[in-house]
Amino acid sequence: MQRLTEFAVGLLFGVGLIVSGMTDPGKVLGFLDLFGAWDPSLAFVMGGAILVGLGAFTVAKRRTTSFLGGAMHLPQRRDIDRRLVVGSLTFGVGWGLAGFCPGPALVSLGALQPKAVVFVVAMLAGMAIYELGELMREKRASAA
Amino acid sequence: MITIDWTHFTPWMSLAGGVLLGLASALFILLNGRVLGISGIVAGLLRPRPADSAWRLAFVLGLLTAPAAYALVATLPAVRIDAGWGTLVVAGLLVGLGTRYGAGCTSGHGVCGLSRLSPRSLVATLAFMGTGFATVFVARHLFA
Repeated sequence: MQRLTEFAVGLLFGVGLIVSGMTDPGKVLGFLDLFGAWDPSLAFVMGGAILVGLGAFTVAKRRTTSFLGGAMHLPQRRDIDRRLVVGSLTFGVGWGLAGFCPGPALVSLGALQPKAVVFVVAMLAGMAIYELGELMREKRASAA
Repeated sequence: MITIDWTHFTPWMSLAGGVLLGLASALFILLNGRVLGISGIVAGLLRPRPADSAWRLAFVLGLLTAPAAYALVATLPAVRIDAGWGTLVVAGLLVGLGTRYGAGCTSGHGVCGLSRLSPRSLVATLAFMGTGFATVFVARHLFA
């Protein structure tokens, strides 16, 4: 049951990305082209999403369990550190270069777009490099 | 000044798609107790922990299946991926690294984080939007 809901949510989110045009890097870059021909669509996508999300998270924040009985995993961190800022700045550059972010790239991968395959492999490599770095940090920290 | 690209602006489809994204995020937090942050969900598969990979795989499978499901009822929209192979690799690496250091992407920070009223997510979103706009400006209006 649980696995089915996770699959269904992934499916729903993917369909949402297609419907909203977010799987089209051309459309995404059209939003990021603030000083060119500006397509505000992405703002409307975010707006629609947050409109619904606000209600859901207001409820979620008051709970310790999900409605299916599992634990409620809400991020606890509130600090704004250098990693958050530099990481996000970096992500934005990558996003602005190809017009792909993780979700749409995966959906495009599912649609068997060759360019999405290349992007996703590179993205996984980037994530793996991060994990390797963290592993090395942990090793050094425990050896100290 | 800012000129709106009326030929590509799709206010209603964008809103509708966004609502689907919000709905998926709402279901995920309320039923599964998890933030729908795709970079985190995917990255977690790179360092597999016991009883942790199954739900991630289920979700990602849902994303990958979305185009096929969508195609059952409608024609998949045409997408424009203008980035060259080299750019895709660099973009992917930056997105992979950046989302890990920044602890999230457009779904995790942009949709869920802002829906939760998270200050961290606000900073992250402003950061990646900022460099997103800047990158496209440089690529299209400084070097073009």
